Amino acid sequence: MIESGIFYVFASILIAAAIGVIGFRNPVYAALCLVLAFVTSAVLWVLLEAEFLGIVLVLVYVGAVMVLFLFVVMMLDINTEQMREGFTRYAPLGLLIALTVAGEIGYVVWTRRAGLPEKMPLPTEDYSNTEALGAVLYTDHVYAFELAAIILLVAIVAAIALTMRKRPGIKAQNIAKQVATRAEDRIRMVSMKAEDPS
Amino acid sequence: MKAALITIVLAPLVASVIAGLFGRRIGRAGAHWITILAVGLSFALSAWVLWQSMSFGGVLFNESIYTWMVSDGLRMEVGFLVDRLTALMMTVVTFVSWMVHIYTIGYMQDDPGYQRFFSYISLFTFSMLMLVMANNFLQLFFGWEAVGLVSYLLIGFWYKKPTAIYANLKAFLVNRVGDFGFILGIASIVYFTGSLDYGQVFERSGALSQGTVEIFSGNAWSAITVTCILLFIGAMGKSAQIPLHVWLPDSMEGPTPISALIHAATMVTAGIFMVARMSPLFELSEVALVTVLVIGALTAFLMGLVGVVQNDIKRIIAYSTLSQLGYMFVALGASAYAAGIFHLMTHAFFKALLFLAAGSVIIGMHHEQDIRKMGGLRKYMPITYWTALLGSLALIGFPGFSGFYSKDAIIEAVHLSHLPGHGIVYLAVLSGVFITALYSFRLIFLVFHGQERFDEHTRSQLKESPWVVTVPLILLAIPSVVIGMLTIGPLLFGDWFGSALQVLPRHDVLSELGKEFHGPLAMMTHALQQWPLWFALAGVATAWFFYLKRPDLPQSIAQTLAPLYRILDRKYYFDEFNQQVFANGAQQAGRLFWRVGDETIIDRTVVNGSARAVDWISGRLRGIQSGYLYHYAFAMVIGLAVLLAWLILGA
Amino acid sequence: MIGLSHYLVLSAILFSLAVAGFFLNRKNVIILLMCIELMLLAVNFNFVAFSRYLNNIDGQVFVFFILTVAAAEAAIGLAILVVLFRNRRSIDVDDLDLMKG
Repeated sequence: MIESGIFYVFASILIAAAIGVIGFRNPVYAALCLVLAFVTSAVLWVLLEAEFLGIVLVLVYVGAVMVLFLFVVMMLDINTEQMREGFTRYAPLGLLIALTVAGEIGYVVWTRRAGLPEKMPLPTEDYSNTEALGAVLYTDHVYAFELAAIILLVAIVAAIALTMRKRPGIKAQNIAKQVATRAEDRIRMVSMKAEDPS
Repeated sequence: MKAALITIVLAPLVASVIAGLFGRRIGRAGAHWITILAVGLSFALSAWVLWQSMSFGGVLFNESIYTWMVSDGLRMEVGFLVDRLTALMMTVVTFVSWMVHIYTIGYMQDDPGYQRFFSYISLFTFSMLMLVMANNFLQLFFGWEAVGLVSYLLIGFWYKKPTAIYANLKAFLVNRVGDFGFILGIASIVYFTGSLDYGQVFERSGALSQGTVEIFSGNAWSAITVTCILLFIGAMGKSAQIPLHVWLPDSMEGPTPISALIHAATMVTAGIFMVARMSPLFELSEVALVTVLVIGALTAFLMGLVGVVQNDIKRIIAYSTLSQLGYMFVALGASAYAAGIFHLMTHAFFKALLFLAAGSVIIGMHHEQDIRKMGGLRKYMPITYWTALLGSLALIGFPGFSGFYSKDAIIEAVHLSHLPGHGIVYLAVLSGVFITALYSFRLIFLVFHGQERFDEHTRSQLKESPWVVTVPLILLAIPSVVIGMLTIGPLLFGDWFGSALQVLPRHDVLSELGKEFHGPLAMMTHALQQWPLWFALAGVATAWFFYLKRPDLPQSIAQTLAPLYRILDRKYYFDEFNQQVFANGAQQAGRLFWRVGDETIIDRTVVNGSARAVDWISGRLRGIQSGYLYHYAFAMVIGLAVLLAWLILGA
Repeated sequence: MIGLSHYLVLSAILFSLAVAGFFLNRKNVIILLMCIELMLLAVNFNFVAFSRYLNNIDGQVFVFFILTVAAAEAAIGLAILVVLFRNRRSIDVDDLDLMKG
């Protein structure tokens, strides 16, 4: 009963938040709604006994990705008035497509509802979702895991390469050059006659 | 034996390569010495081979030397077949070639292309030997094309002369027509017998005689007839028979030794040799034999007539060659293969002699070839005169001379033939005798007798040619006179060729003729009661009357019979016909294909059309590429919805 | 009792809302990116729910990787956006038609 209550409450919040994401014209509100959606999702995932992913969703998504979103939204001076133009122009088409997709998925679920599996009990009493995930992630899926790491690395490099720009007039050290310097480059030996002090 | 045969073939080739590639280094003397020695060696060995075959008889040698490739059971080889027919051809070819080599030293002495010339004629000797010694069709075709190539090179030897270039192009194109027929014939042989080897093909000729070919659907033709006629088309091209004869008179643009060697004595007789070699096949098709007979008779008669009105000394002899080749084909058509080969041999000697004599005259006259500007040369060039006279007597068939025996044998063979149409052919070759005598002695009288029609300057320099020119003349004059008398008995009636020439009993006119043959001397006395001799004498008398007694008469006759004269002078308009129909026709067809096929269909419709179609379609499609991000996103999302629907409905 | 179908329907609703968001906010690239995140969330929901109901941990591994890729995608997408804005002083997609055919 409690489970159902939690589900319905948070599912309602999730849908409301999602509507907020697509409905708000102001990107800041939209981003905050998306944060809300992620948080409620995390709750629902925990309800599904996927504790690790729920926490990751909060930590990574809300803590990193969404902050990045907000950061960008606030950094860029976006003319929201202009964005508002033609808001409803494609709304009927969008509604139609959205309803079609929803109808299609709903139809599939409805026709197969009898065959859906019931929730099975967890294998053991002291079952740890994190431990189970880790057990397969570093064994069966280790190559995919490494690939994911590389993708992230590439994403970092790409993001930096895209946004970095050379600014003239900025004083900076060239450390490699400093290290490679030899004494001869800096000191010039000059032989000259000794001066007679007298 | 094998080593000797290989040496015979390769010696001229090696000499040709040396003279051709290193001509500059070995110099003029080096070039002519090496080629003359090589061809002399070939001649000596050929004579030895002939001697061997005389005593041995039958097939002396039939072996493959080298297998080029084997494809689907079809062996492509290089090999030699030596029997008496081959040995005879080899000897004739190398002898005449040798004489021409020696003669060339005198004729070409001032020419800048001296070494090149020797290289070419040595190469020719090699090619011709490959042709006659072949034991398979592939090698025959190789030799066939190689002599054609050398002929092409030599007609255009003076490549700065536009007429020579035109002539060699013409020779090349006309020969391609013939060669196309020839290679189709070979293809047909391979198709029906599955072999290229002479022996195997002749063994399996039954397959050819029973097979049929449907060229036009519904008309089944006998395979043997089609094959033989295709082979004969090849022979027509190479041996210049109507209507593929047009290249030979023009080939006189080449140097005179070439006219003697290639365009009189050897190469043009390749067709005769080939048909004789294929006698086991031709015997099986009467239609092909009649074709050969009629084409030969037409050529013999019509080309002789043209010879009467020509004024260029070499062209007269060229038309004479055409006419004599016609005689040879008549002999082949009448199944008197031995008579054809016999005439080939005698003709090789006396026609080479006549050409070389003409060349000697041309040297003396400083490259003047118009006989109207000659006359009375007898006292300036006695050796040339006497040898030319002997050659002409041999040509007209004066009793005792070689041409008499061979030509009379042919005429009698036609007389005895049972093939349809032999009556008309007989009349044609008989009147051909008169015409031959007429143009031959017209030439002799106009060049060597009568008034001197050249200027003082020429007269002062007129003298007999050097010994390198006259010695070959004398050496060729000897066989021209005596070879017929010496060899007619065994060659024609003694079954000398053995299995090389095969004649079906019902076609065998020569053995019939042999019953009345009582030796060469008896044949001479018998000739007095025969038509041909009187025809020939009448020809000589007519020539004497028209060109020595009443030199004004030919002019008035030509005016009286102007239309006929014009037809002869224009050589029956063959050249005009070819020019109009084939050359212009090809040009028109080419233009049609160019304008319609290439420009309209390919360029405009296919190439530009497809480009325009792409342009048009992409013009419509580019509307989809709006460049707006959300359009692409919409497309993806809508596509997702459609895909889902498809999956659901499909499942 | 909450069954699997509840989660599936919830995820379908989320996904449809994201699709609708595509059409509504076609001009604002940032919100478009957020809609993509929402779609991925819906998909992840399905994975997690199925994983739980089938007692198969592989579904959650998948979610893990999707989160990784989504993070990478968001980082690069936002980087592009920043560069774009820096160059054009606008992120209005109506201005972005350089690739127009």
